[in-house]
Amino acid sequence: MIIELNGQSVELPAGATVADAVMEAGADGGSRGVAVAVDGEVIRRAEWGKTKLRSDQSVEVVRAVQGG
Amino acid sequence: MRSKADSGTQLQLGGRTWGSRLIVGTGGFRSLEAMERALVASGTEIVTVALRRVDSRARGSALEVIDGLGLFALPNTAGCYTARDAVRTAHLAREAFETDWIKLEVIGDDRTLFPDAVELIDAAQQLVHEGFTVLPYTNDDPILARRLEDTGCAAVMPLGSPIGSGMGIRNPYNIQIIVERASVPVVLDAGIGTPSDAALAMELGCDGVLLSSSVARAKEPERMAGAMRQAVEAGYAARRAGRIPRKLHAQASTADEGLPDLG
Repeated sequence: MIIELNGQSVELPAGATVADAVMEAGADGGSRGVAVAVDGEVIRRAEWGKTKLRSDQSVEVVRAVQGG
Repeated sequence: MRSKADSGTQLQLGGRTWGSRLIVGTGGFRSLEAMERALVASGTEIVTVALRRVDSRARGSALEVIDGLGLFALPNTAGCYTARDAVRTAHLAREAFETDWIKLEVIGDDRTLFPDAVELIDAAQQLVHEGFTVLPYTNDDPILARRLEDTGCAAVMPLGSPIGSGMGIRNPYNIQIIVERASVPVVLDAGIGTPSDAALAMELGCDGVLLSSSVARAKEPERMAGAMRQAVEAGYAARRAGRIPRKLHAQASTADEGLPDLG
């Protein structure tokens, strides 16, 4: 299935979860400072492994960066 | 070092007590090492951070440095132009940092980076309603500051001049009016160029100063951070000490009485 991951089209296996998308994005899912939104809605960290993705969903994986 | 027991010098913000009145943004430093040295020199306890898409090529982690120093990472909504985006970013920040504190920025255009007052109030209302501790970056507008306070914001953070401009405090009279009326802490946010600007903010009665570029982009950030720390402390002490009134004419500091007649 194809999803949009941080603005890029990415193919993930059927049944992939938010946790898989976090890994695909290159984030260290275990570290503090990472968060995920699917179609604009934040997915709690505890739900990442349980939340299955569907085709064409938009996933944003963000992390802390320097900023004023 | 100043004793933490001296509660008169401490900042009450968001229901917590802070030993430093200087909040430092982490953007713009040339390296994480330079940022770390500057943060230590500044004496700050609160630093701002942003959220951006994961970049697997990025090296090092600002948050690791901040956590390592034991500082409080205050997430911001930098880059948001609408209340909707700012609220969503705040939700992401709450998840990423496990805090309901948010430095709320909703800007109107990328040339001035001035806040969009309408969107700002909308976002502040939503976030306060959801239980966030909202610290809004705002214009130097006393009415808008009051409206933000009325929504339940934990502070108001008026700009001195545009973000990153280093133009100091363009309208000290408005800052003074905001301070006079506010019953929440007032933090001068944006525009600081040099330590005298930070000292002036404190002399005007601000409870704190938030700055970033003036340290991060200085030739020697660590040295400038130390200077800013001293300026904030000096300005705060001066405000409490009470300055003399301005007068048009001179007033001799030496008494005339007993002046010898030297013929």
